[in-house]
Amino acid sequence: MKRLAGFYILAAVLIATGLIFPDSYYVTVVGVTICTNAVLAVSLNLLMGYAGQISLGHAAFFGLGAYASAVLTTKYGINPWLAMLAGVGISGTLAFILARPILKLKGHYLAMATLGMGIIIHIFFVQADWITGGPDGLSGIPEITIAGLAINNDIRWYWVFGGLMLFTTWISLNIVDSRPGRALAAVHGSEVAAQMTGVDTASVKAQIFVVSAVIASVAGSLFAHQQAFVSPESFSFFFSIELVTMVVLGGLASTFGAIFGAVLLSILPEFLLVFEDFEVLIYGAILMIIMIFLPEGLFVSGSRIVTGWLKKREMSTQ
Amino acid sequence: MYKSVRMIMAFAAALLLCSTYTASAGDTLKIGSFLAVTGPASFLGDPELKTLQMYIDDINSKGGIDGTKIDFIHYDTKAKAKDAKNFVNRLIKKDRVDVIIGGSTSGNTIAVMDLVEKAHVPLISLAGSVKIIEPVKKWIFKTPHTDRMAAAKIFEDIKARGFNKVALITGNGGFDKSGRAQCLALAPKYGLVIVADEKYGNSDTDMTTQITKIRSTDAEVIVNFGFGKAPAIVTKNIRQLGVKLPLYQSHGVASKKFIELAGEAAEGVRLPAAGLIVADKLPDTDPQKRVLLAYKNAYEAKYGPVSTFGGHAYDALFITVNAVRSAGSTDRAKIRDEIEKTKGFVGTGGIFNMSPSDHLGLGLDSFHMVEIKNGDWVLVN
Amino acid sequence: MTDQLFQFLISGITVGSVYALVGLGFTIIYNASDVVNFAQGEFVMIGAMSAIFLYRAGVPYPFALAAAVLITMAVGMLLEKLAIEPAKNASVVTTIIITIGASIFLRGAALLIWGKDIYGLPPFTKDVPISIGNATLLPQNLYVMGGTALAVLAVRYFFDKTITGKAILACSCNRKAASLVGINVNRMLLIAYGISALLGAIAGILVTPITYTSYDSGVMLGLKGFCAAILGGMGSSMGAVAGGLLLGVIESLGAGIISSGYKDAIAFVVILAVLFIRPSGLLGSADAERV
Repeated sequence: MKRLAGFYILAAVLIATGLIFPDSYYVTVVGVTICTNAVLAVSLNLLMGYAGQISLGHAAFFGLGAYASAVLTTKYGINPWLAMLAGVGISGTLAFILARPILKLKGHYLAMATLGMGIIIHIFFVQADWITGGPDGLSGIPEITIAGLAINNDIRWYWVFGGLMLFTTWISLNIVDSRPGRALAAVHGSEVAAQMTGVDTASVKAQIFVVSAVIASVAGSLFAHQQAFVSPESFSFFFSIELVTMVVLGGLASTFGAIFGAVLLSILPEFLLVFEDFEVLIYGAILMIIMIFLPEGLFVSGSRIVTGWLKKREMSTQ
Repeated sequence: MYKSVRMIMAFAAALLLCSTYTASAGDTLKIGSFLAVTGPASFLGDPELKTLQMYIDDINSKGGIDGTKIDFIHYDTKAKAKDAKNFVNRLIKKDRVDVIIGGSTSGNTIAVMDLVEKAHVPLISLAGSVKIIEPVKKWIFKTPHTDRMAAAKIFEDIKARGFNKVALITGNGGFDKSGRAQCLALAPKYGLVIVADEKYGNSDTDMTTQITKIRSTDAEVIVNFGFGKAPAIVTKNIRQLGVKLPLYQSHGVASKKFIELAGEAAEGVRLPAAGLIVADKLPDTDPQKRVLLAYKNAYEAKYGPVSTFGGHAYDALFITVNAVRSAGSTDRAKIRDEIEKTKGFVGTGGIFNMSPSDHLGLGLDSFHMVEIKNGDWVLVN
Repeated sequence: MTDQLFQFLISGITVGSVYALVGLGFTIIYNASDVVNFAQGEFVMIGAMSAIFLYRAGVPYPFALAAAVLITMAVGMLLEKLAIEPAKNASVVTTIIITIGASIFLRGAALLIWGKDIYGLPPFTKDVPISIGNATLLPQNLYVMGGTALAVLAVRYFFDKTITGKAILACSCNRKAASLVGINVNRMLLIAYGISALLGAIAGILVTPITYTSYDSGVMLGLKGFCAAILGGMGSSMGAVAGGLLLGVIESLGAGIISSGYKDAIAFVVILAVLFIRPSGLLGSADAERV
């Protein structure tokens, strides 16, 4: 029960905001962005935080899912759910094939390889215009129905993405606490040590790579239907970097940290709008300042400071 | 675990705070815009925004449109489709605007078309692609010439000079790619053969490799679709390699900046452009001349060199203003109907005659073929 | 065909020279402080932009260039002092995000100071194409190649022969030991960032007469420089130079022979293939696993 306390609270907040403000722009538009980013950040955190494998190409799997859905539904009239499944198949297979050679690499070399993979896929989205529509993208992606209910307005999309975010969070929390999860933590700590104790680190890492790619792909498929439009720059390496930033900003190896980072980086631009030309400058400064003063991330360092402060107070009152 | 609880509660509180409802005003016309003011297409969005701001201030200081003041709300998309979508959502749902002007790029416009159609808000796009108005969408209009018109104008001129074999070189942006597609589609109609189809990345710094390949074909002219610094590099690289073939650029480089960047290499380059850049060279009988000079002088007095892109915003704004005036209300549907009835409006892009089947309303004659001579534009007859 | 190949090589080496200088800058900072500085591309932009604006303000060309280099060095040192030094104990990913933040910040500052326009610099000497057979190049191409060669040699000399250079290398081997033998580690880091910024500025100044620049043109160059450093083997300075030149040539040959639309993809496929075969890059040493 205690293990999932944070999860229940997250669910309660999500549902309450949706019920109380069903018309608010911040719920229906920003909220959906937040949930999408949170799903991606949590899945990336599985790989980065727990398996300790940096990836600068996560947006590519998000994009593969989105394009699989967009192309199959608009050009071939395939059922959206089958298209999503196809996307999962493509992303999962690609991740599976690439996992072994890529995850063999260490540190910056791994960063480079994932970055390269992401950029190659992005170039394909841009250049293969006969199928992807090129830089102008594909529009007219149909809406989906869930159990006979057409997802055709913003608040319904909020529920869909909110649901996906809760589901992803739940999976992440369970993986972390499972046997492979502990093996993962071992991998992050020290790979050689983990191998000594009989954990097949290579296969655990590969499995996590596939899981995180599949989650990103599902999010991508839904994103394509929600936007009714896809174009390559939504999946560029800049977005991959933004996702990494969310994970690190919130706090590596913390599921709620990743969510927190996603929330922050999705809301921040909305607030910085008023600064107009200064927006870029301030955004960069905020990133630097947070990371310099809270190197373990806002959520992790922040909650540590809060608990430390509370403990001190408890001690002094006793 | 309660530490995470705290953080989440704080987030919820933050959400509550930002949900404060913004009331929509009564007797004003709300115009929203989403333009690429920064980012790779800033040379489009920047003059567009300045133009809108300048004329809206002017209209308001003169008492508005028959007493209706304009409330202007603007967002910068940085040319990102996702941002465009979010901001248009914000314009429709949070700001509740009556008319939308934008986006600067075709990608940004196409990204929001479904959304705008569903929300029933009239939108006037400032982007080039023919896809925006074909097939016609009820609520969507645009003011710039299409890429198909540019390709047609270029091919007309190539044909008139007696050439048949064309080498194409284009970038990887939306403008470039859609220009390339129009060229490939139109070439057979003009009896032209595309003998080379080279590409480059818009942030590339050297295109000599592609031009070397073009040099080895039997191309008689080179056509480059692109904007930003790449076309200037292409132009310089062509001259550097001693390639003497005539070079055509698109309307994407119709600004003095291109001449400044490409320098001597720009001599002899031809391109289709709206009347604005040759305003002072047009005959006095040209009905556009007065409008063009007035816009040019007003803009240059305030911000410096004018570009045709700002002119598209001028056209969109005044088509809107005229529509509001003849509708006599700020009702979205009525404004839309009046925009569609625009007839004989003399803008910077040409003389607009819209109809239910044509949401642009410009003919090929609104383009002028110009050549760069001695660092300036010259009309080609 | 051979003429064409020669032209492709000229183009590849010119572009590759810039990648090499940026990659070398990555390596120097990485060696001195274990930080992968994603703001490296911004140094190129700042060097070029300050030169342009000083020149336009009427400063004589050579002085404008020199001052631009100094300005960029100052920015590099400030970056170290204000952002890297305070975060000394941060993990590798954290410092990566700090430098990404710095690159966004610098871009934002450039946007405010210099605006969004694209600018060029005049070529160092008159732009008369030089023909070698059927291939042509501009004098500026030669300045780029020559300038890069000189800068690389100077960097080698500095690290191989001078006390300061050796001291910086000592910091990279073992920071604690270095400070125990009396090396001022902080000062060495400052110098390393200064040199790295210097290389970036030189790259920017050399290449802007050919390629133009704007406030956001550092991003792509930074990315390519990172590729160069990795391809050559992170930490190996000659590796970064080789990696940069190779990358430029692969792009150019890929565009010329296979497909210009997919040339960047081709380059990345080659990099991936190299990494799969040699996981520490071309000249990188396979380092021991930490247990």
